[in-house]
Amino acid sequence: MISTDIPAPLEVDPARRIFGLETEFGLHLDAANARAVTPEEVAGHLFHSVVAWGRSSNVFLPNASRLYIDVGAHPEYATAECDSLEDLIALDKAGERIVAALVAGGEERLRAAGVDGRIHLYKNNTDSAGNSYGCHENYLVRRRADFKAFASALLPFLVTRQIVTGAGCITRTPTGAHYSFSPRADHMWEGLSSATTRSRPMINTRDEPHANAELYRRMHVIVGDSTMAEPTTLLKVGATDLLLRVMEARVPVPDLTLAHEMQAIRDVAHDLTGAATVELADGRRLTAVEVQQTYLDAIRGHVGGIIAPTAQVDQILDLWQRGIDAVRTQDPSLVDTELDWAIKLRLLRRYQERLGCALDDPRLARLELAFHDVAPGRGLAPRLEAEGLMRRIVPEDAIERAMTTAPATTRAHLRGRFVEAALAAGRDYTVDWVHLKISGSAGRTVLLKDPFRHEDERVDALLEMLDPA
Amino acid sequence: MAQLQSQGQPFEDDDAPEAPAPAPAAQANTDAIDSLLDEIDETLQVNATQFVRSFVQKGGQ
Repeated sequence: MISTDIPAPLEVDPARRIFGLETEFGLHLDAANARAVTPEEVAGHLFHSVVAWGRSSNVFLPNASRLYIDVGAHPEYATAECDSLEDLIALDKAGERIVAALVAGGEERLRAAGVDGRIHLYKNNTDSAGNSYGCHENYLVRRRADFKAFASALLPFLVTRQIVTGAGCITRTPTGAHYSFSPRADHMWEGLSSATTRSRPMINTRDEPHANAELYRRMHVIVGDSTMAEPTTLLKVGATDLLLRVMEARVPVPDLTLAHEMQAIRDVAHDLTGAATVELADGRRLTAVEVQQTYLDAIRGHVGGIIAPTAQVDQILDLWQRGIDAVRTQDPSLVDTELDWAIKLRLLRRYQERLGCALDDPRLARLELAFHDVAPGRGLAPRLEAEGLMRRIVPEDAIERAMTTAPATTRAHLRGRFVEAALAAGRDYTVDWVHLKISGSAGRTVLLKDPFRHEDERVDALLEMLDPA
Repeated sequence: MAQLQSQGQPFEDDDAPEAPAPAPAAQANTDAIDSLLDEIDETLQVNATQFVRSFVQKGGQ
């Protein structure tokens, strides 16, 4: 029975938005006899401790985020609902540490099964055979009749955003190798679609808001790269949010509709000079730098109006501008401690100089993997951060806290309290993004349709049922 | 589509004048990169080809 006493939706400031990030990690067993186990078995060993406490390899954590094994034996972590970028970055970073914490137990179980090896977990988007997996961004938007047109208007921004927020990658071709902005770009086949693995659109239009469907819809962006540096995540989600805010205010944004999106995203990815042009539907040809600058200028014009001026908005716009300038002036040092593609390029270039090798040398590919590795002691990010080579934004204690505590100002808070209480009480429970239920009791299923509501008497009542006292 | 194929070290600008002595901060950063690379070099060199090749996942979403 689902409770019917659902509270009315909260009135929400239009500037407030729910964000989420879903990250599929690449799982790599490095062992002499790695072929003795299937990827599914490796994932199973990795998740053994999760199944032990959660009775499933698909769980919601006390920090209200979801951890599971996705299609293709990828460990996946989906952050809980956040309404601030600080919370989102903290929760995203916490997720890296949560999956990393599974590595030692997984290796131990593999050893017991006769496979002595090391597990690597990559927060990246491609394997060595050219398979791709995603980092999905979720933006809650207000429902509107013209969703397809609304989403389409975002595409020129998303196609060119990679010149600032791309992860960067060495692309190997039959004639050699070059550095590209985004490993994900070559795997995109459509602008909008409701399918994901079959056709790989940039925006997945499946109508699944995980919220009151009369009011909300989810903008599910699946074209982005996974990002390691916190400022890159800030810019990736922050700039997209600012553009959505302007679009949701229904003021005109420059019409930069592309003539051929799939061609454009590839051309932009493979042109590190930023000088390649993309063709617009109206016949103009602009560079990715010009497209991004047009959006940035349009957004800047609304600061103080639609967009309330804050230190964070300044921070996003400043980094965005420097990111564009870095490409236009071919000076990556403007952003080479903040934006993934530039941080990684600098490392690769230096290593290449030292080795005196070509860009397609396997040792450079090995360095790329290490850049994205989150397994304890195996990845470069903590060392880069400690040396000031990769800037941080969120305080260490916020990340520590986010490993076990849900964001306080969204529905995640309710889910986090419930999961924590049910685990403490040793009770079985069922949870998803919108439901909470204690199993086997006469208790009702609590339906949480409002992702902004972080206090709810029905959940208080559930928690009382779980309180052993 | 020439750009697509250009072999690329686009940031190594051949026309650049003699590089001035790096600023102290930049030099410190380069030193930090070098000491990091010194530290990991051995690990990265071990069977790099085999290591990289063995990372194959099924596609995800």
